[in-house]
This record gives sequence, C-alpha cells and structure tokens, in this order.
Amino acid sequence: MSILLDENTRVLVQGLGRDGSFHTAQMKAYGTNIVAGVHPGRGGDSQEGIPVFNSVRDAVDETAADCSVIFVPAPFASDAILEAANAGIELVVAVTEGVPVLEMSSVVRELDALGTRLVGPNCPGLISPGKSKVGIMPGGIFRQGPVGVISRSGTLTYEVVNQLSSAGIGQSTAIGMGGDPVVGMKYNEYLELFQEDPDTELIVVVGEIGGTDEQDAAVFAEENLSKPLVGYIVGRSAPPGKQMGHAGAIISGADSTAEAKVDFLRNRGIPVADTVEQIVDLVSKELGG
Amino acid sequence: MKLEEFQAKELFREQGIPAPVGRMVTTAEEARTAAEEMGGTVVVKAQVKAGGRGKAGGVKLAKTPSEAYQAAAAILGMNIKGYTVQRILVDPAVSIAGEFYVGITIDRRKKLPVMMVSASGGMDIESVAAETPELIHFMDIDPILGLRSFQARSLAFELFEDKKKALVAADIMQRLWQCCRINDATLAEINTMAQLEDGSLMALDAKIVLDDNALYRHPEMEAMRFPTESEKKELDAKRQGLSYVQLEGEIGCMVNGAGLAMATMDVIKHYGGRPANFLDIGGSSSPEKVIHAMELLVSDSNVKVIFINVFGGITRCDDVARGLVKALKETGLKLPIVVRLTGTNEEEGRKILLENGINALADMTRGAREAIRLAKEGGGGE
Repeated sequence: MSILLDENTRVLVQGLGRDGSFHTAQMKAYGTNIVAGVHPGRGGDSQEGIPVFNSVRDAVDETAADCSVIFVPAPFASDAILEAANAGIELVVAVTEGVPVLEMSSVVRELDALGTRLVGPNCPGLISPGKSKVGIMPGGIFRQGPVGVISRSGTLTYEVVNQLSSAGIGQSTAIGMGGDPVVGMKYNEYLELFQEDPDTELIVVVGEIGGTDEQDAAVFAEENLSKPLVGYIVGRSAPPGKQMGHAGAIISGADSTAEAKVDFLRNRGIPVADTVEQIVDLVSKELGG
Repeated sequence: MKLEEFQAKELFREQGIPAPVGRMVTTAEEARTAAEEMGGTVVVKAQVKAGGRGKAGGVKLAKTPSEAYQAAAAILGMNIKGYTVQRILVDPAVSIAGEFYVGITIDRRKKLPVMMVSASGGMDIESVAAETPELIHFMDIDPILGLRSFQARSLAFELFEDKKKALVAADIMQRLWQCCRINDATLAEINTMAQLEDGSLMALDAKIVLDDNALYRHPEMEAMRFPTESEKKELDAKRQGLSYVQLEGEIGCMVNGAGLAMATMDVIKHYGGRPANFLDIGGSSSPEKVIHAMELLVSDSNVKVIFINVFGGITRCDDVARGLVKALKETGLKLPIVVRLTGTNEEEGRKILLENGINALADMTRGAREAIRLAKEGGGGE
C-alpha cells in the first residue's frame, strides 16, 4: 500500500509547456497512469500518446481522471488549481513556484469547501515507489519499502531518500509538501494517512526554518500516532530575517528557528538527526527495535 | 520586499489611513528646508528596514529648522543593524494622547490573514505577545470576503469604549486590510497608531512587506526598492535565476535546491566550518548559470574554498559538470574547489570532471569535511 497515490490513480497534466511536456514523458516512463493533458486551445491534440483537452471538465468526463498535476505558470496556477477542484478532481498536485500568498489563502479555503486535497504549490510532488509518481521527483533513487517521507523541500528529499535507499531502506510514499508559507496539506494530514497505511512502519519528517509546522506535527504525533517518527530540520546556520530560497523558509520569530524545532521534537521523544547520514542510523534503529 | 516607512505611509494614505504628511530627504540641508516649511516641531527619522532604530538613536525630535539640520546630519550615515542610513523622513510632530497597535500578517497555521490589535502600542509587539498575550486581540480575515465591518467593530471596541473613537478605529482597520489586499502585502503594521489630543487617530509609523511572488502585478513597486549593497548582490543573483544570501564564513557553497543548500550549510557548521553563503542554483542548471554562480562566489573576498554540492534529480550531473568545466576555464578560478556530484548521469559527470583534473566525491559529508580542511589550511587555521 501507499498513501494518496498508487498504480490505479488516473492522472491528468495541466499545462503542457516545456516543463509540463518533459515531466509528462518522465512520469509516463516511470509507469504513472497518465490519462489526459489539459492545455486550453490544444483540445483534440495528443501528446506522448495522451489525449489533450481544452478544459479539466472535458478531460474528467472523457477519461475519469482523479488526480491532476499542475505545471501552469504562476500567474495562472491558482485558476488551474480551482478548475481541477471544481471539475471533481480529488487530488491536485501544484508544482508551480511563485503563487502569491493571499491568492493561495483564498484557494485553500475554496478547496476545503470542495473537499479537494492539495499538495503544494512550489513542490516536487509525490511518489509511491514502484507504483506511480506525480511531479518532478527523479524516480530512479526511490525503492519500495516501509518508510513514509514528508518534506518541505525537493532536492533535500532526494538526498534523504537516496541515503535511505542506498542503505536498503525503501519508501511507501514520499511527499514534498511545498516550500511556501501557505500550502495545501501539511505534515499532520499526511501523518494521519500514513498512520492508516498498513505498509508504512515509520515516517521521516524533513523540516526547515520558518513557521511552526514541525511543532504542530510533533504535537499531532504525540496524540494520534502509534508509528515512530524521525525528524531532520535544516537551516541551523540561517540568519534571522533572511529568506533561504523557499518563500516559507525565513526566521521570523523564536519558534521558527531550526534550534527551536529540534528542541521541541526531541522534548517530545522524537529522535532528530543532525546530519542526513544520521537519519539512516535513526531509522534503522527504530525499524530494528 | 520590505518597504521603508515613508513608502509604507504613502500606501497608507492612498487607502485613506491618516498619516503625517512628511517629506523624505537625503541631506541635512533638505531636512532644514522641510522643517522650515512645515513650521513647528518635527520628527527626524532614519529610513531603515530594521526594527529598533529608536533605541539606536535613529529618531530625533527637532524644535527648530537648525535642530532638524543637526539631527539629520547626525542620523545620515549612521549604521543601524547593518543598514547605512541614506534617507530620512521629516514628519510634523504631533501630541500623543494614547498609543495603539494594529497589524495584519499571515497566520501560516490557519492559512489566513489575521488582524492583531493592542492597546499596548508603541512597543515591540513580539515582546507584548510573549509576555502579555492577553493584551493582543486577534481576528481571522476571510481572504475572499475581507475584514468585515462587524469584525473590525469588535476589535475596535477592545481598544476604545467611546463609540465614536471605536468607529474611527474600525474604519482604519478595514482600510488597512484594503491596503494589504490591493498591494499584495504579507505584512502591514501601524505601530504606533496614535490617538492625538483632539481624539483623532493617526499612523505614526508604518511597516509593509510586499509579497515578492505578486510583484509581477505591481511593476511600479520596483521603483520603491532601495536595496543595500548586499541586497543589490542578491537581486542581481535573482535575475540570473540564483537565490543567494551572503553570510560571514569562508566556505563558498553552490548547491541545487534550497533545502539541500541549507543542509549543506548546516553540515559545514556541524563539522566546525563556516559557510560563506547560501546559494541555490535551482533546478535546471545551464552552464551559464553555473558561471554566474561561480562569479558570485568569488566576488566575496572572504571565500577561501568552494564547495559544490549537486544532487542530480531532474538536473543532470553531466550538464552541471560541463557547466563547471566551462566556468572554471572562463573565470580562471584560483581557489581550491571540492565537488560532490550524485544522481542522474553521475558517472558521466564525474568522468567529465576527472578529465579536467577534478575528482568529484559522491558523499556530501565527506565533501563538506574536505572543504573545511582546505579552508583551515588556506586560512591559517581560523
């Protein structure tokens, strides 16, 4: 098993520009069940053998797609997300970077009302190794196994996963939830799903400076989770007030520093790695016990 | 993008939030003229994008034009938290009968803008929040419907018993939300919102942070940017598709991805080294980008070693290697360099580097430790 995504998920791609086209081919090569593309004005075309539609509604009517991945440029991304949600798509994955915060705030409210799940924006997507990947993660480094991975970052997720895989530890599902201040689902919602997933035995939470999502995850885990967590928080050497790449990675209060997060997690009995290598040690120890 | 006080007050006034009509000046002579024209006492205020300027001596009261001249002369060039003062706001002084705080920020947990008000204005709101949280009143703002009248009224009655004053305050609160919405601000603060002796309310200080992601909708705001030297460097980098923040160490880092870049800085620190910067070269790393990144690193004279850490995902290691070789040839780099290359097409990438005399490592921690060792050798064991 896995969470959110498996071989039965019917994926459509919104935005078949340069990036969208490239990653459509990559996802297809990985084995993702891509059923449609949506690109206004190109309805009736096909790409990579996949039919292209003018609207998400048309694509859903024809192909019964239930998941959409969005590569639409930032100024049009929130409209694309809302189009997918209003057409009945259950899971929307927004790869697009640079969506304004207040816009996302409005979007997530509407998605909540519609009951649509959102991964991202500004995220690498998610992958259930051996089954399906939606987004831009490099499929080759993943292997199937018992560890769930939730992260706010892209390449750091790859680094963590690569070390796990190299040590023979596979993953059930790995998610990059996005690096913006306002994103769709957060750690807690993924943790809840991992708790229910019989094939996930442990969850790695990869966090960073900015906000207090990691603390929320620790509290949630203490109250709701029987499965062990391993944490890793980056940004210990980041100065306050400076944005470290991700729009959400900025120290804006005492709680949003890496140290505060590490302490908070450790005080609740969650082992936190100091380096990426240590994640593997901590995971092995927890799984072995 | 943080605005300076005088800019934020302009945006306030556009939305009908009362603020002193002052003047931004860049010389002491202009400050004298401004004070003459305003008549009476003025406040001379350093324009810096940092808190605590009052304590640093960056705000002075001047009763006469010549006092304004002296105050401006003292403040111009002052260094406040790393900002050199180049601009001054001369505001007409007012008599204050009460100090309040009104602000809007994004509550990341609730994923909503939230308004905060307090009768403990004029102070650092974070210390009020930490020490006496009961003195701050919060209200969630629906981003679609906005701050509604009844919400603003209920907040205003927390600050004022008098109905008339409360309604004026409520009006300002709604205007502050409009100011956020129209300008795509992620933070807007009136601190102090002063009650004057005639009972009216006025924004004596103003803070606005605009959402960088929304600047495409407000091209005119670019003209409001007064970058410092280090910010100029960061902005130049951004135009090249690079995300750069200069720090104070000696190990120059070039990494793909923000999370991995932070992890790289952390591992350097963990093993006793000091990163010179945060530098994320992003996903698609063309040779040109790698060259720009290299130029950026060597422009920092503190850098003694360069550590390149690339995890090829969508980025291909052979592309990075080619870019790097080209960059090394074009920039004629003399500093020692440590390269860590893993992921998509890593074997081809390593081969390209090896042919050019660079032995790329496969492990990030080993790379970091090697860079630290070289920095200590080259830097006299700092």
